[in-house]
Amino acid sequence: MFEFLKAPVSTLQDFCLLAGKALANIFRAPHYWDDVLIQMDRIGVGSLPIICLTGGFSGAVMALQMSKALDTYGASSQVGQIVSITLVAQLGPVLTSLLVAGRNASGIASELGSMKVTEQIDAMRALGTDPIQKLVTPRVLAMTIMLPFLTMISDFVGMVGGWFIALGLIGTTSAMYWTGVHEILTYADVSQGLIKPFVNGFVISLVGCYYGINTTGGTQGVGRATTQAVVVSSVWVFVINLFLTQIFVNL
Amino acid sequence: MPESPIPAAESILRFDGVSVLSDGAKVLDNVSFTLSAGETRVILGAASAGKTVLLKTALGLIQPDEGRVSLFNQEITGLREQQLFAIRSQVGMLFQESALFDSMTIEENVAYPLINQVDAHLPDEEVLNRVEAILKDVELEHTLDKFPSELSGGMRRRVGIARANVTNPKLVFYDSPTAGLDPITANNIMSLVIKQRDQRNTTTVIVSHRLQDGALMANYRFNSKSGKIERQVHTADLDQRTKFMVLQKGRLVFEGTEDELHASRDPYVGKFVIPEARSA
Repeated sequence: MFEFLKAPVSTLQDFCLLAGKALANIFRAPHYWDDVLIQMDRIGVGSLPIICLTGGFSGAVMALQMSKALDTYGASSQVGQIVSITLVAQLGPVLTSLLVAGRNASGIASELGSMKVTEQIDAMRALGTDPIQKLVTPRVLAMTIMLPFLTMISDFVGMVGGWFIALGLIGTTSAMYWTGVHEILTYADVSQGLIKPFVNGFVISLVGCYYGINTTGGTQGVGRATTQAVVVSSVWVFVINLFLTQIFVNL
Repeated sequence: MPESPIPAAESILRFDGVSVLSDGAKVLDNVSFTLSAGETRVILGAASAGKTVLLKTALGLIQPDEGRVSLFNQEITGLREQQLFAIRSQVGMLFQESALFDSMTIEENVAYPLINQVDAHLPDEEVLNRVEAILKDVELEHTLDKFPSELSGGMRRRVGIARANVTNPKLVFYDSPTAGLDPITANNIMSLVIKQRDQRNTTTVIVSHRLQDGALMANYRFNSKSGKIERQVHTADLDQRTKFMVLQKGRLVFEGTEDELHASRDPYVGKFVIPEARSA
């Protein structure tokens, strides 16, 4: 009767097992700190240009669009507040996570998938090393640590983008803009804006690793795993955002 | 030339009624055998006979559906993956397509088990010395900074042999080391396999579809004085050091010495022996 549920439940079970092993490995030797640093560089520093670019344009577009609506009520000076609260609490974490999911979940899935289909992961096991310890844990740690930092940078660049528009096109002063940006934010907003990418980073990296190390079917399988990793991790970003927003709204 | 004593009682690897299922079909069917220390075991079989599955089961990479596997007198059936790493680090393995890490240099590939195994604690200098020494052994000392994709198929196989032996394992598995290679390169690879076996006195399991590889393992030894591979006078003792097994659709249809293999009347075993005998 519930046959159709078998596959998704089994996938969820395997995913949770992988998450458990990846977490347990943080407290178990050997630790591959070099790999963690390499991944932090690839995921964090490597994603900076695209994160800054999209963050900046998002802030600018938001300021531009909101200025029209605010002008109706003679409140265009409030644009800094709108840009700030939207970026920090909602748009910043979601946009940054989506970009990192697209860029890095795909990269992780294709890299690990290629290793799987060419028996490199089996070789790691055969050589007495744990592929989860060597491949999964460093990526999970790196992305979980780096995504909040990327989000912070993206938020700030977005605010700067909004500032350019506010200054150049709307005509507010810098002091008014940055005072609005600062005053509107509460600790709850900032916490929300940092906890979301923290959780997203953990899930996105695990989804990428999960589809990568479970790849079957040669190069076609690698392509399929990459696509699945991006789609599933992007969906999770929205689901996590909804749940965490609900929690913070009720705080 | 090193002579490796064979203590009959010391069992390195033991299969006890092992069956492995894949998609409902038995890819290994009730396989039982014992491998003693210092012995060379040649596993012959056609494609899909279960040769690679047997090696992976011996390492615990695949868990059997029936039966038991013991490695170094310790039953590994049902052990958790974490418990297997320390046992596997005593074994070297060459995969069929070498399975080198393509994003690492040759030096990093060979050094991988020395650096990353659970009980790895060698200083960097010692790691480099051992990597350079074993790459010199396989005549690839000039490739330290190259990537696997820059090497030929035979060279990659040689790197795989170096990686399998760099930790001085007690037991080494070679999965079809000569598959897809030209006869000259294949013979060079077999010379290296023999050299590694005799230099380190390792127990060796070699999977192949060519009887010729088995004959080389059985009848040739590395002479450390001359530094060459030399043919040995065929004696009963030499015959006992190398045993042959033939797999047919997952079943073990023959186990015995080279002489017994040639004398076998099994029609499937005969398919391996007769063409080779004729060419000889």
